[in-house]
Amino acid sequence: MSDELIQRVLKVIATSKRIPLETVTIESDFQQLGIDSMDAVEILFALENEFDISIPDEEVRAVRNVRQMCEGVEKLIAAQAADAAANQ
Amino acid sequence: MRRVAITGVGAISAIGRNAAEFAASLRQGRSGIGPIESADSSQLRFRNGAEVRGYCHQPYFDDRRADFMDRFAQFAVIAAREAVADAGVVWTPELRETAAIVTGSCVGGQSTEDIGFHEVYKLGHNRVHPLTIPKTMANAGASHISMEFGITGPSFTISTACASAGHAIGQAFWMLRTGAAELAITGGSEAPFSFGILKAWEAMRVVSPDTCRPFSKDRRGMILGEGAAMFVLEPLEAARARGARVHAEIVGLGMSSDACHITQPSPDGAARALRAVLRDAGLAPEQIGYINAHGTATPANDPAEAAAIRCVFGAHAGRLPVSSTKSMHGHALGAAAALECLAAVTALRDGVLPPTANFSEFDPDCDLDVIPNQAREAQVEYALSNSFAFGGLNAVLALRRA
Repeated sequence: MSDELIQRVLKVIATSKRIPLETVTIESDFQQLGIDSMDAVEILFALENEFDISIPDEEVRAVRNVRQMCEGVEKLIAAQAADAAANQ
Repeated sequence: MRRVAITGVGAISAIGRNAAEFAASLRQGRSGIGPIESADSSQLRFRNGAEVRGYCHQPYFDDRRADFMDRFAQFAVIAAREAVADAGVVWTPELRETAAIVTGSCVGGQSTEDIGFHEVYKLGHNRVHPLTIPKTMANAGASHISMEFGITGPSFTISTACASAGHAIGQAFWMLRTGAAELAITGGSEAPFSFGILKAWEAMRVVSPDTCRPFSKDRRGMILGEGAAMFVLEPLEAARARGARVHAEIVGLGMSSDACHITQPSPDGAARALRAVLRDAGLAPEQIGYINAHGTATPANDPAEAAAIRCVFGAHAGRLPVSSTKSMHGHALGAAAALECLAAVTALRDGVLPPTANFSEFDPDCDLDVIPNQAREAQVEYALSNSFAFGGLNAVLALRRA
């Protein structure tokens, strides 16, 4: 996972939840950060805008921490790039 | 304090164009969930809804009258007409003045508004249809019912999201009980199948990609529904005196607010509403023989509701049948509590408890007798209808067999 991707995800989380960026790390879990289900839905919305991806509901069910969230975003970006390549 | 009778019922929904069809579908466990027809679902994460399939304003309304009414207001009048005819109301000038109308709706005519905003934002037109405001207002259902029957008494609309009709029916019940009205038409109506509204629900990630499986371990969310149910309420003594058929009595209303979170349900808030309705009706928990659950089939609602029922009913919860008919008529938002109150009335009247359809797997977090998939014959004396809304505003109705 690239540092750039991680930093962008951390920033999205901090901005959505309106908490200082330094309180969010790759090791944080949602419970620690006080992220409830509605907060999580807002963060997903912001991530979709930030990375221009579509995050399916079934991808998010098991996500409980920042690392899983970054991995999920990375996977979706890769899948989208592969799709774009295939369509060229 | 007067006893309050339901002397007329009417409904239009995904599982029936009238109250009798609605009751028959519940008895057969027949679901009205299917591919969405009245909005474009190709750009949505979900495909299914519980719509009034093939609905057209004719033969209910002529074209000119329909011009003035959003689909939700049409549903309100259709159900009210059936309820008034069923009750055999004989209108007099005095009755028209002392009759009340209390309706519930969550989104009102937002489908009409959605079209208008599409015109200005997307199509770049410089004007919106002049009937957009009167068609959109959430009280349009109550207003059109008042004009339909010439009712000049107190009329208003309550909007408490998914509990709207529960609060509305409850207020009408209290008005009858205290003598503030001599007759009431009450219930709820909703028609939320518009692209913009569906996108908003999609963004919340609470809508199931397939079907609605309340209390089932593999539940994946709610299915949106539409329709209306309306009731005619009268003082029981007056109803008996004129020889009216009594479907059931309304005996209690319990309300509470969670004061907790704007979307997450609170078992404590639900439990307070359940205790409040028992207190209002003067009933012991053991007297309740059936609960029509809020039962949205979201991961969060069902365990919270089960916990609230366990908390209030204790050991009796193990012997208390609880079903969610949203599995059949969908979640009709501001009309939900009206359709579900009708399901509970039907259960008391006909001696058949409606099932929780689409149930496939027991969930230990929802440890209740949910009447899986098969209706059950049972003579029940008292039933409850639960509504626990987004925003944490709760309403529970108590009903008694006539």
